[in-house]
Amino acid sequence: MSWMMTSNGCMNSRPGRNTWWLQCFGIALPSPRTLFSTLNSYEKHRKRTMTLTIERSFALVALSLAGFLGIAILGFARDEMFALHGWMIVVAVVIGAKALLDRFEDGTPAMQKGYNDRPIKWAVIAAGFWALLGFSVGDLLAWQLAFPQLNGEAGALNFGRIRPVHTTAVVFGFGGNALIATSFYVVQRTSRARLFGEIGPELVVGFFNLFVLMAVTGYPAGITQSREYAEPEWYADLVLLITWLGYFGVYLGTLARRVEAHIYVANWYYMAFIVVIAMLHVVNNLAVPLSFAYPKSYALFTGVQDAMTQWWYGHNAVGFLLTAGFLGMLYYFLPKAAGRPIYSYRMSIVGFWGITFLYLWAGSHHLHYTALPDWVQVLGMTMSIILLVPSWASVFNGIFTLNGAWDKVRTDPAVRFMMVAVLFYGLATFEGSFLAIKPVNTLSHYTDWTVGHVHAGALGWVAFVSFGAFYKMVPWVWQRDGTYSQRLEAWHFWLALAGTFLYVVSMWNSGITQSLMWQTYDAQGYFVYSFMDTVIAMHPYYVIRAIGGLLYLIGAGIGAWNIYLTIRGPAKVTPEVVAAE
Amino acid sequence: MQNAHAKLERHSIGFALAILFVASLGGLVEIAPLFTIENTVEEVEGMRPYTPLELAGRDIYVREGCYACHSQMIRTLRSDVERYGHFSLAAESMYDRPFQWGSKRTGPDLARVGLKYSDAWHVAHLQDPTALVPGSVMPPYAFLSETRLSPAYLESALRSLRLAGDPYSPGQVREAPRHAAWQADRDAQYEDELRTLYGENVQVRDFDGQPERLTEMDALVAYLQMLGTLVDFDALDPQEIAR
Repeated sequence: MSWMMTSNGCMNSRPGRNTWWLQCFGIALPSPRTLFSTLNSYEKHRKRTMTLTIERSFALVALSLAGFLGIAILGFARDEMFALHGWMIVVAVVIGAKALLDRFEDGTPAMQKGYNDRPIKWAVIAAGFWALLGFSVGDLLAWQLAFPQLNGEAGALNFGRIRPVHTTAVVFGFGGNALIATSFYVVQRTSRARLFGEIGPELVVGFFNLFVLMAVTGYPAGITQSREYAEPEWYADLVLLITWLGYFGVYLGTLARRVEAHIYVANWYYMAFIVVIAMLHVVNNLAVPLSFAYPKSYALFTGVQDAMTQWWYGHNAVGFLLTAGFLGMLYYFLPKAAGRPIYSYRMSIVGFWGITFLYLWAGSHHLHYTALPDWVQVLGMTMSIILLVPSWASVFNGIFTLNGAWDKVRTDPAVRFMMVAVLFYGLATFEGSFLAIKPVNTLSHYTDWTVGHVHAGALGWVAFVSFGAFYKMVPWVWQRDGTYSQRLEAWHFWLALAGTFLYVVSMWNSGITQSLMWQTYDAQGYFVYSFMDTVIAMHPYYVIRAIGGLLYLIGAGIGAWNIYLTIRGPAKVTPEVVAAE
Repeated sequence: MQNAHAKLERHSIGFALAILFVASLGGLVEIAPLFTIENTVEEVEGMRPYTPLELAGRDIYVREGCYACHSQMIRTLRSDVERYGHFSLAAESMYDRPFQWGSKRTGPDLARVGLKYSDAWHVAHLQDPTALVPGSVMPPYAFLSETRLSPAYLESALRSLRLAGDPYSPGQVREAPRHAAWQADRDAQYEDELRTLYGENVQVRDFDGQPERLTEMDALVAYLQMLGTLVDFDALDPQEIAR
């Protein structure tokens, strides 16, 4: 069966188990056997060799481009951290090139069989690392706002410099790696095809993490564009662009190999995530670098246009990285863990295209009452409100999928994580549409309410669905009987939930309190509170928030320990039945 | 609909192109016109590109991530205008690459902070914020006074800005490092030259209280002291702005 699935000992490789959700949509699938028996062996050999040649060529071009960039930086850099980043790129290219040559040195290697889970394992470990780092820095930032002495004197650990360390480590490091890991898992299982490329997927994981590493080491040294969630400078952006094109190639290549005729819903979302993030990344980071001497660039657009471009990016980094990507995760792991098919195919379609179309219009609600032309603000507000419809279509699709399996919410913490994630997704999308209404926005904008809203989504939705998916996927990928301990999973769940509640509720309170204080006038029409009065009033909320973050961090620590022990633990006692081929 | 969609689901490249098309519409309608509609950015007297020293200060503002806590955008709301001054005009950030409007006010808005406080206040406040403002949660920036500004990069900086479209002359690009030092000169020897080159509203003096050397504090304070000072709102036609 050439590269077709035989068995990797994986839970899903039993015939018929992978396609059960498509069957409930009324789609009859041709068996792999009939599809591929027509390929004669010559044809198969030709295809294999061609695939390898394509992969090798693209990988070489990509590595060369990155290599030139790294060497140019090393040759001209006049900034220490910039030079260090040059070294990082060069070392990564050398490692990548060596792996590429090692893998292909025997000329015409036999195509590997079974699913390729190695890059998934790397990405899972990286996601865990960045999660712990990102949560720790986040909590440090929270304590800094409560006790500013924690900033120190040196400057490198000042709030302004390490705030993007937190956001990048969490959004790209944790979120990005979680998406790469699960997307590689899902696309293989739902296509019943091995991942395209023998070294490409690992290069994607490696260079994506190189990007995150350069970003988070650059900020404390002052290398930043100060564009929210797009802080990395031009050279890191170029590395990400090359990586992302590779990711897209691997994904499409795997889909092209699929045995299933239809592309499953989860893959639509992963594809939207990859395509749209590429578009946003390129347009928002258009800039003129100074030279290879300095890690610094100036944006191509200015003022109003730059602001609109940035929030078109910023809002859709949320929409397509933190929403679409994780909906893809949900659409695979929730039905899989619950053992129930997705509730509605029609709702999946409506939800998907609604989100893909509407999200891109909503960015301007970040710029209400500013110098942005009013028609753009009103259009953004309108679309943001309509966006609630496809968002909640996904929520109901998720919740109804659990019908008939609600007992698992009680007995399986991973399912509980995903169920609560859907609820937080519903809460955060409702809140988002609400805050996008112009008069409401006068109360929330520039305050902690926005911060609380983001964290309701990030802590409650994005991270919860990832935790749930990881607790399922890690034992599958490493071929374990299950996680090391469900009790520890439950501890993680309750600590994370308590932390999220403390965080979100304290930020609602501080945001509304501060905004009302800013707008309080006395009988003569003078302000009652100075700005400093409103800062001092925030102190108790900041302490509560920091405690909530600490609980969340402890929960994640327990989760990481549990995952570590699962990986270290014994392999499956009874191996899966090998599919008869 | 489901049949049509079932067809689309069979083509990975078609599906990816459909996503790209549907997702690009929002940006095409909301962003592209901002570059072509003439009144997106109104013409206002007094706006000029940054001087090299101000630009160096702005680069420090960007480097330190000040936007994480300070906005530079006064909205058209009573509580904003009465606390911070005239609402911000689009033209006021027409030379901002990138814009620094911000999204959070952990500290106050800075769009019109220029000339509200003395240089000495800014220096003392940046060195130890809580000494001047008890209860402040701002980190200290004393190291700016200790760090010499390396103005050599400003030549490349102005060249990039010129390439991006800002109206610097080749002479201004070439002399940028020298002009930066001129602006912080304690005797303001070159005030006339700088005003001819950059405009009447350039402030020339020693900013950081250390006349013998050019520090990052000089640059940052020079930047803060010009924020919001370029446009003379008394001379503007309110009808024109209300547009």
